[in-house]
Amino acid sequence: MFVFLLRRLLQACIVMLIISLLSFVIQGNLGDPVRQMVGQSVTSEEVEKIRQEQGLNDSFFQQYGRYIKNALHGDFGESYFYKEPAFHVIMAKLPATIELTLAAIILTIVIAIPCGVFTAIRPKNLASHGIMFFSTIGLSTPIFITAILLLYVFSALLQWTPSFGRGETVSIMGLWESGFFSLDGLYHLILPSISLSFILAPLFIRLIRSEMLEIMESEYIKYAKAKGLSSARVYFIHALKNIMLPIITIGGIQIGNIIAYTILTETVFQWPGMGSLFIDSINRVDTPVISAYLMVVGVIFVFTNTLVDLVYGLFNPTVKLAVKDV
Amino acid sequence: MALLEVKNLNVSFGAKHNAVPVLFDISFILHRRERIAIVGESGAGKSTLGFALVNLLSKPGHIHSGTVKLDGTNLTTLTSPQMQKIRGKRIAMIFQDPMVTLNPVITIGKQMVEAIRAHTSINRHDAKKIVLEKLAQVQIPAPDIRFDQYPHELSGGMRQRVIIATALLLTPDIIIADEPTTALDVTIQAEILELLKSMCEENNVALILITHDLGVVSRVAERTMVMYAGRIVEEGPTLEIINDPQHPYTQGLLNALPQMTLAGHKLNQIPGSMPSLSDRPNGCAFHPRCQYAIEKCQIKQPNYIYSGISTVACHVLEDMISETSSSDSAFLNDGKDVL
Repeated sequence: MFVFLLRRLLQACIVMLIISLLSFVIQGNLGDPVRQMVGQSVTSEEVEKIRQEQGLNDSFFQQYGRYIKNALHGDFGESYFYKEPAFHVIMAKLPATIELTLAAIILTIVIAIPCGVFTAIRPKNLASHGIMFFSTIGLSTPIFITAILLLYVFSALLQWTPSFGRGETVSIMGLWESGFFSLDGLYHLILPSISLSFILAPLFIRLIRSEMLEIMESEYIKYAKAKGLSSARVYFIHALKNIMLPIITIGGIQIGNIIAYTILTETVFQWPGMGSLFIDSINRVDTPVISAYLMVVGVIFVFTNTLVDLVYGLFNPTVKLAVKDV
Repeated sequence: MALLEVKNLNVSFGAKHNAVPVLFDISFILHRRERIAIVGESGAGKSTLGFALVNLLSKPGHIHSGTVKLDGTNLTTLTSPQMQKIRGKRIAMIFQDPMVTLNPVITIGKQMVEAIRAHTSINRHDAKKIVLEKLAQVQIPAPDIRFDQYPHELSGGMRQRVIIATALLLTPDIIIADEPTTALDVTIQAEILELLKSMCEENNVALILITHDLGVVSRVAERTMVMYAGRIVEEGPTLEIINDPQHPYTQGLLNALPQMTLAGHKLNQIPGSMPSLSDRPNGCAFHPRCQYAIEKCQIKQPNYIYSGISTVACHVLEDMISETSSSDSAFLNDGKDVL
């Protein structure tokens, strides 16, 4: 277990190094930072002086080394727009995004597991055909269309749900602004999380269905039936536990997609999270925030993937053994 | 009264109008504590018969007609919750390949405890006691350690022992063992068979042993049914059948057994292969491979007759019995020198 984690940590470092290199290059090449700071009405001598002061004339590796050193201290420079450390700007928006993805993931699980299992065990049922039909639509509709459609129907026409923002939030120990604990916050969460899960759930419904169909043919399912177990136990314990492995694997890969989708969802619903901040920062060429975002997302990605690998061991006894042996 | 009485059981695959029949008029009786064997080549319908008895045919298989009576209750008309109560409790099953029979992600102990709790209200703690007891009975060393292990941590033989122990948990009336030793290492096949036999004897359980291995049969079963292309072609006491097989197919099967005394010789085999279900020959399904086949064999399905040794479905034999009462013909003695 320890060796496994250590090896994972090493891999994470390499991944982060590559991401940092990319975000550093982006930072250096999105326009002239000095021009961003001082505007047009400065002589070229003064510009040169500032360049010298800021270390912009140093070699690539010197600058990169300095970037890494600062990044390790959580220092990505000051946002041009907010006039605040970029890292703080990102961290202030992090809770909103994490809560949105969490809500979408929970919604996806709640929808996908029963639907996937049902379509597998009753493939000829009319409801199964309906589920499969909608999953095809969900899978092939871009998220901004579903989001705008939902917004139009439920906010504009029916006026059931709020149309933008996070609503009221509760501060937890001054560290985390949560929308989970106020009715208004939950209210605001409905549409964005639905549109996010609209694209995730169909994928998992199809995945669960096809895996279930395969597993149902297996000997151990037949054996479980031969033992006289109830259908519920056969399907939800014996079969589902076995399909958790591919689901977790695909789920881990989907984390990247979810992050990408949140950018779109947050933009449509003006959700004050990292995604919409990222888009705004690109528009403002706020390079410190852009590079900080890339680094934070990189960390989230590496962290969740490690978590997925650990969870894998919970469901696959052979993996656990391999980890023990290492 | 017979424990299990199967009468004119017909099983088909596929939808009603273009169903392909796979089992024809299967009838037999199993008494309490009796051990019978169902023998035949792959594709004869042995396993299908086993699953039909507990109503677990994989789709699109279904029972077309006939009855399966357990202590007088017709199982074919039971609802699925009613049938669920029979499975595992009164009729337990042992599958062919222990490597794939147990669920790979659930511990041995849990898989056994759930089998008890599906049919009784015994609590987890007491159920575990029963499980450990049965594991010890099937000679699994350190049952309490095995209890918490996953199937992959056990060898094939161990797993088959676990499955035998699971079958015995609720002391069923019947165990249906579908090729229980086929997937095992030859060296432990005999051991597992012996265990299965002694466990059935000790617990007063009747056994239906499905196998293609006639060597296995002689050790375990008192009675044998030989199946060919979905039909029982010969049925009778095991020893008699092995010593003096009546049906040409049974003779062929026995001749095909490898023999140490004939080392260096080519193995005997039955010419041709089992017909597929969709193009079963008319008349006696075995006639294209039968060296004694007469014209009648191609036209009419033979009836069952008693040869004095076993019940057989064969035209040639029927003619012979009606012509002479003696059984000195070359045909009838063909299999005699086998064992």
